[in-house]
Amino acid sequence: MTVKELIEKTGWKLSTPSLDTDIPVEGAYCGDLLSWVMGNGEPQQAWITVQVHANVIAVALLREFSCLIVADGANVTPEFAEKAAAEELVVLESDLPVYESAKKLVELGI
Amino acid sequence: MDSILHKEYTVVQDDYVNAGKVSSDIKSTLSEIGISPKVLRKIAVASYESEINLIIHAYGGKVFLDVGEDGAVYLVFKDPGPGIPDLEKALTPGWSTASEKARGMGFGAGMGLPNIQRVSDDFHIESSPEGTTLSLVFRSPV
Repeated sequence: MTVKELIEKTGWKLSTPSLDTDIPVEGAYCGDLLSWVMGNGEPQQAWITVQVHANVIAVALLREFSCLIVADGANVTPEFAEKAAAEELVVLESDLPVYESAKKLVELGI
Repeated sequence: MDSILHKEYTVVQDDYVNAGKVSSDIKSTLSEIGISPKVLRKIAVASYESEINLIIHAYGGKVFLDVGEDGAVYLVFKDPGPGIPDLEKALTPGWSTASEKARGMGFGAGMGLPNIQRVSDDFHIESSPEGTTLSLVFRSPV
């Protein structure tokens, strides 16, 4: 599945509309502790977190995640979205809690 | 060691805003000279964790990147203190002395040094109150 299809199927908001979303998603990783995510995440996964700050963007890019899913309605500020877009990290916003967001991905076969 | 590439960077204490920039430059620099994606990913983990350590725990520091003729990547992180009082504890997964501020941002999982040690081919650390030097080597499969 691609990020584009994921957005179509979930209705989650795309916070970085200027970016191409034709990116494959090969799984997902949930976590808010950055070193944990850095050590255990895999390239092309979608990263589900409630952390919203510049270091999240750095970790997501270095770990080569396909996108960031900010769950549980955590507040994506315009500054965060702008920085993510500038660094070419696709960010989605889900109103569902982390568990429910992950469940949604499972239902979609990710 | 004959180095085919040498770069130096400065990391500033408490500069959370720019955290990751050095690691990102190291990764793109090494990608340009053809280091394999698999090795690059290990280097990205190690350099990010080490860069963050300089920001969170040290009074900032310097980063030295060298690439040998055989494609081995050498990274040295050098700071002017305050040193790690108990190295054994610092290398124990889950042990952290990160500040509340750092923890609030999701740092302080106590996985930094263990992650670095796990992904690097050579890992050497020396620490005293005058400073810590972390030397890492990543060998590219030929």
